[in-house]
Amino acid sequence: MADYDIIVIGSGPGGYIAAIRAAQLGFRTAIVEREHLAGICSNWGCIPTKALLRSAEILHYGEHAKDYGLTLEGSFKADLEAVVKRSRGIAVRMNNGVQFLMKKNKVDVIWGEAKLTKPGTIAVAPTRKPAMQPQGPVPKGAKGEGSYTADHIIVATGARPRALPGIEPDGKLIWTYFESLVPAKLPKSLLVMGSGAIGIEFASFYRTLGVEVTVVELLPQILPVEDAEIAAFARKAFEKQGIKIITGAKVTKVEKGADSVTAHIEDEKGGKQTIQAERLISAVGVVGNVENIGLEALGVKTDRGCIVIDEFCRTNVKGVYAIGDVAGPPMLAHKAEHEAVICVEAIKGLHPHPMDKQMIPGCTYCHPQIASVGLTEAKAKAAGHEIKVGRFNFVANGKAVALGEDSGLAKTIFDAKTGKLLGAHLVGPEVTELIQGFVVAMNLETTEEELMHTIFPHPTLSEVMKESVLDAYGKVLNA
Amino acid sequence: MPTNILMPALSPTMEKGNLAKWLKKEGDTIKSGDIIAEIETDKATMEVEAVDEGILARIVVPEGTADVPVNEIIGVIAGEGEDPKSVSAPAAGAAPAKAEAPKAEPAQAESAKSEAAPAAAPAAVKAPAAPAPTAAAASAGGDRPFASPLARRLAREAGLDLSAIQGSGPHGRIVEKDVEAAKKGGAAKAAPAAAPAGATAAPKPGAAPLAAGPSDEAVKKLFEPGSYEEIPHDGMRKTIARRLTEAKQTIPHFYVTVDCELDALLKLRAELNAAAPEKDGKPAYKLSVNDMVIKALALALKAVPDANVSWTEGAMLKHKHADVGVAVSIPGGLITPIVRDACHKTLSQISNEMKDYAARAKARKLKPEEYQGGTTAVSNLGMFGVKDFAAVINPPHATILAVGAGEQRVVVKNGQPAVATVMSVTLSTDHRAVDGALGAELLQAFKGYIEKPMAMLV
Repeated sequence: MADYDIIVIGSGPGGYIAAIRAAQLGFRTAIVEREHLAGICSNWGCIPTKALLRSAEILHYGEHAKDYGLTLEGSFKADLEAVVKRSRGIAVRMNNGVQFLMKKNKVDVIWGEAKLTKPGTIAVAPTRKPAMQPQGPVPKGAKGEGSYTADHIIVATGARPRALPGIEPDGKLIWTYFESLVPAKLPKSLLVMGSGAIGIEFASFYRTLGVEVTVVELLPQILPVEDAEIAAFARKAFEKQGIKIITGAKVTKVEKGADSVTAHIEDEKGGKQTIQAERLISAVGVVGNVENIGLEALGVKTDRGCIVIDEFCRTNVKGVYAIGDVAGPPMLAHKAEHEAVICVEAIKGLHPHPMDKQMIPGCTYCHPQIASVGLTEAKAKAAGHEIKVGRFNFVANGKAVALGEDSGLAKTIFDAKTGKLLGAHLVGPEVTELIQGFVVAMNLETTEEELMHTIFPHPTLSEVMKESVLDAYGKVLNA
Repeated sequence: MPTNILMPALSPTMEKGNLAKWLKKEGDTIKSGDIIAEIETDKATMEVEAVDEGILARIVVPEGTADVPVNEIIGVIAGEGEDPKSVSAPAAGAAPAKAEAPKAEPAQAESAKSEAAPAAAPAAVKAPAAPAPTAAAASAGGDRPFASPLARRLAREAGLDLSAIQGSGPHGRIVEKDVEAAKKGGAAKAAPAAAPAGATAAPKPGAAPLAAGPSDEAVKKLFEPGSYEEIPHDGMRKTIARRLTEAKQTIPHFYVTVDCELDALLKLRAELNAAAPEKDGKPAYKLSVNDMVIKALALALKAVPDANVSWTEGAMLKHKHADVGVAVSIPGGLITPIVRDACHKTLSQISNEMKDYAARAKARKLKPEEYQGGTTAVSNLGMFGVKDFAAVINPPHATILAVGAGEQRVVVKNGQPAVATVMSVTLSTDHRAVDGALGAELLQAFKGYIEKPMAMLV
């Protein structure tokens, strides 16, 4: 008999959820981790960035206390060291939480770097990757190097920042999200390369703390996966905050100085400029961790740096599965978690429903926030839908006005023939918390009729969602 | 709130089982983990373990009941503080609340409870009943099909009846893709004329509405991935599936069976075969029983011409020739070449024609005109020892004769038991064209030729 029923390689949001679900279903389960339980999400991604952004948000409120009739006496300013310390503390807490969950579910933790050696077998060796500091201790009771066998092996090795040739991050002048999360001091100026969620969140954080920020995006719009109208709305808001944005432009060369970089930027029309900044954040996407885990030896199929899987996360090799970032885009924690459950339940024979990638929401926690699900207007048209589009501005929402956060837009896209909700796109206060309403609606296959029939509480920001639906059908009330 | 105890699924494919025994009486206190009943399938007996606590308020399905469908409510547990007497038996088909988890063996279950080996006995895992695809479940309130709003709208606009569509969503919920599949397959029946108010699309008159089978995905889900090989259908398989589904769904089949004594026919056959002249060193013919059945059926149709017909919506086609199709089993399917005007052909002609047909059918070399049309057909499974069966009519035929094996049976002759060689045949008729009595008359004529086979020679 194999040592385990299931071994999960990687303990990020995909891996640790897979381990918990496996244990719940009665599988003898182990999880292999080489640097930090809970993965990038909790240690160097989703959670610590939210901690930083929360500090920035409160700073912003403090600076605008007057708008709310409040007077702040004395000084109110960011203590960078303390802000970073809080963020790291939260990461550690998440990390400990996963450690507790593994113990509670009797999942063995194996510490080290795993490699598939033959079907059903992995070899675990001490990690060769220098750990990003600060780094927590190895969990107590963890097993170490050696050979382990399992009937099912789930690869959840995640992803890492993409490096552009010639502009490789060096950890000093050119940062990735790792360094961006733990600045020792605030740079005076910052160039952010890439305007996806990661780039925009750091741009927003550093700008709020007073850094001069420039964002360069290769594509014609920032936040390229978002609806063009929402991205344009957000761009205006960012520019109003003083973020410089250059789209349709490429960083062709970076010259490093003693304590600054000079970036050569070329736009679509061939126009050239140079920008000097103290630091550069490279946020040009992430790539799957497919190397050195023995995929080649077993003949596991990969495509453009990701493992190829079917709807139940099975690879082409029997007994080998892949979930999360390493199994392809969208590279989001919640997608990884959902795949984890599908993968394990399929192994158990519980016939889970395959994931519908159209139903995966995306959130960006800048200020204002951006959240979306489903098709953008352009994609809906490209897919051949005849559409109805609804829009509602937060300026006409009572709660938003009362909050002093009345800038935002809710956009809904319906199939004109069937009333199917094809997509929902939000920019504005707390929209990352609002989007779930539309996600549930889409999953339940509601049409505009049920949404119009749904009573939204007053006064809430969520009323913009209903008004947007009403607007799509020419029935808007508060505009 | 009272909790329903549901008939558990012991395997993903289980549809029903027998409730062998109740181990608790109404009024008994039940703790989570108690064994409350035993159920059996053809393969195994399993115990039903309580998931909820309370008092067994009502036994809905008494012990000894066979073929209880999975997820049917078999009993009701009253919760703490509830008066078990006030708990009424739920209506059949009420929405299932919670499925009880079945367990494999008591001994195994005991060991599974020990902390030491929580994973060793997967049987003890409280897995919910596998979400086997179910027909659209009606909600407790009535016959409202369980479907998403979008699915409802799409079905209404396409004039499809939701109750005829299989749901693939959670708990058999009909979702968008199920309706889309039904639209493509043209497989759901048209909505009844009394569609809910607001329905704009009226059902199309004249369209032959057919019930949809479960989707491919729904079928595949019932089997372990990798436990089967997927063999794509070839043209013949698709044709068989389409034509026979159409036949069974559109033709009201009616069946008449009769026993024929074969001794005289077998004697005549032996004599005829023994008398066969030699041609190229081989007998010029070798008659089979089936050749004689073909001829007998053709002659019977000639004798009962009202049964030699084809149904059309506008009129009855009364055929002037008796063309007998003969089902020939070939690798990967079957085909039905036709012996034209069989009543005017000699037995040796029929026999040699069939040998040629069979050889070319196996090589898939028959021409369309050789297997299209015909006025009736013969399907013979006698060579497999089959006693009696009923065949599916192959339109445009109005009848098909299913022929069983000739076997020695004890029959009563003049009040005395005697041994005779007897062959059972079953005639399927298209009741729109050939009524029961007419079918019986045809069979009577057929039996006459088989039992007095000399009549076939004149």
